[in-house]
Amino acid sequence: MSVSPRFKVHPFFWGPPVALLLDQVLHFFPEDNLQPAPETGVYSFLLWVLFGAYALFLTASVFHQRIRTKLHHYTPLLTAFFLFFGLWDTVTLKYALIPLPYFPGPDRVLSVFVNDGDIFGLGIYHSLVLLFTGYAVGGVLGLITGISIGWSRRLSYWINPVFKFVGPIPATAWIPIAMITFPTSFSAGVFLIALSVWFPVTFMTSSGIAGVKNSYFEVARTLGADNRFLIFKVAVPAAFPLIFIGLFMGLGLSFLTLIAAETLGVKGGLGYLILWAQGWGEYYKVYAVLITIAVLFSSLILILFKIKDRILIWQKGLIKW
Amino acid sequence: MVIPAAASGRIEVKAVSRTFINHEGDRIHALDKVDLTVESGEFLSLLGPSGCGKSTLLRLVAGLDTAYEGSIAVDGVPVTKPGAERGLVFQDPNLFPWLSVRRNIQLGLEARQVLKEKKDEVDDYIQLVGLKGFEKTFPHQLSGGMAQRAAIARALINHPKVLLLDEPLGALDAFTRMAMQDEILRIWTERRTTAVLVTHDIDEAIYMSDRIVILSPRPGRIQKVLTIDLPRPRRRNDPEFLKIRSGILETLHFAEEEPILAYNL
Repeated sequence: MSVSPRFKVHPFFWGPPVALLLDQVLHFFPEDNLQPAPETGVYSFLLWVLFGAYALFLTASVFHQRIRTKLHHYTPLLTAFFLFFGLWDTVTLKYALIPLPYFPGPDRVLSVFVNDGDIFGLGIYHSLVLLFTGYAVGGVLGLITGISIGWSRRLSYWINPVFKFVGPIPATAWIPIAMITFPTSFSAGVFLIALSVWFPVTFMTSSGIAGVKNSYFEVARTLGADNRFLIFKVAVPAAFPLIFIGLFMGLGLSFLTLIAAETLGVKGGLGYLILWAQGWGEYYKVYAVLITIAVLFSSLILILFKIKDRILIWQKGLIKW
Repeated sequence: MVIPAAASGRIEVKAVSRTFINHEGDRIHALDKVDLTVESGEFLSLLGPSGCGKSTLLRLVAGLDTAYEGSIAVDGVPVTKPGAERGLVFQDPNLFPWLSVRRNIQLGLEARQVLKEKKDEVDDYIQLVGLKGFEKTFPHQLSGGMAQRAAIARALINHPKVLLLDEPLGALDAFTRMAMQDEILRIWTERRTTAVLVTHDIDEAIYMSDRIVILSPRPGRIQKVLTIDLPRPRRRNDPEFLKIRSGILETLHFAEEEPILAYNL
């Protein structure tokens, strides 16, 4: 094994492990925990896992330039992040500076993922199925109306007024009506999410297509293109940067609508779990749901941006996630 | 003058007028009763100052503009809309930025749904315009000259009988421009298409054309038709070349002592 002579550890490389050890010490000493909470050991275990993972990355960074650069970049951030755990533990469990049941310690919150994993799994599954169905329906309909309005003056004449009148109504305002009109709460949820996605996708698609350089169409027409080609091989790809912004805005709105629908009528999913936990005063579960939502939704946005990067390889890096 | 026997790509423009109405409501006569026949295989230039209607005429032949009076026919078929048999190269390359060079060049085959049968030809055209090795490049990574070469290949891939060139070299620097003129001439000689070039560069017109049609503006009319029978390849500093050049300058009133400033240059 040879160590690269240029290898330099970050001057702060001991920051993250020291912070993690500090968290451990804080958690077990002093022993007088002021919040009455059963110790589950999940938090302590997670700290050790993070400790091990960091050690692993530090070792790997000796041999891999890319890991080294990444680790260097994130060392201060990781330290701060790990110190935040300690602060959280201190103001809750240790000294009860902020009260239960609204502000539980990290061990209490994290224990939910171990003890109620099955319920959470089911909630995630239910939410994702509803989200994907609604997003797909809304996205496809948004593309269809957007292309119609952007391409055809006649269709624009008929659809645009309806779009401009109905579009700005927040999808959540339809919840009471959706709940009684649709046979199941699932189909009502699909309708609401689809509606929230439909508006931005339609808007951005139609403005994208209306703004395509006329010379692109002229080029295609002199090459023998028919209308179908002009729409799907010229207008849509040329408008894609704007269509993508519509899809991104739609995704954000779909999250909002999903949680709103699940707290106001749909019996299941992560929003419903929040409502349920609140009803029993189990706020530590609410925090667990929030963490789950954060991880889940940022992953979905990340996936959308990865897809965008594949499609828009010709203009990579316009908007970053 | 090289005119092949096969009678195809013959353009007949008869009494064509095109009137625009500007935003003040005035009628602008971009073209006024223009009569012109471009022979099959001929290289013809439309030369004149801005506003003389040369680009308008080219767009009419391309079929991109149909609001005209008179008649335009290619090989006896009236022009009513754009078609693959009339290839057009714009001043701006107008490559699709979301497609690679190869995909841009084969666009005509895709549009006519013949890509499968003619896939092998794409490489020939990439070779023809000297873009081998750049097939996977995206347009924003190309230089101006390379982008315009790709645009020319894109127009040629449909085997057009008529190649319409709308100031295709206008945006290039002088050196790239001269190199591209030779390249276009080489392609024209190889492919034997009828070529109509719109330009406001007198040297370019003399260097490339069998005939030069000089247009005068407002209303756009044919002022003079010159046959250039200098042997090819031509030399830009040939005394004959320079003589033709000063003749054209005189026709355009730029060789007079008091230049007329009415031209909207």
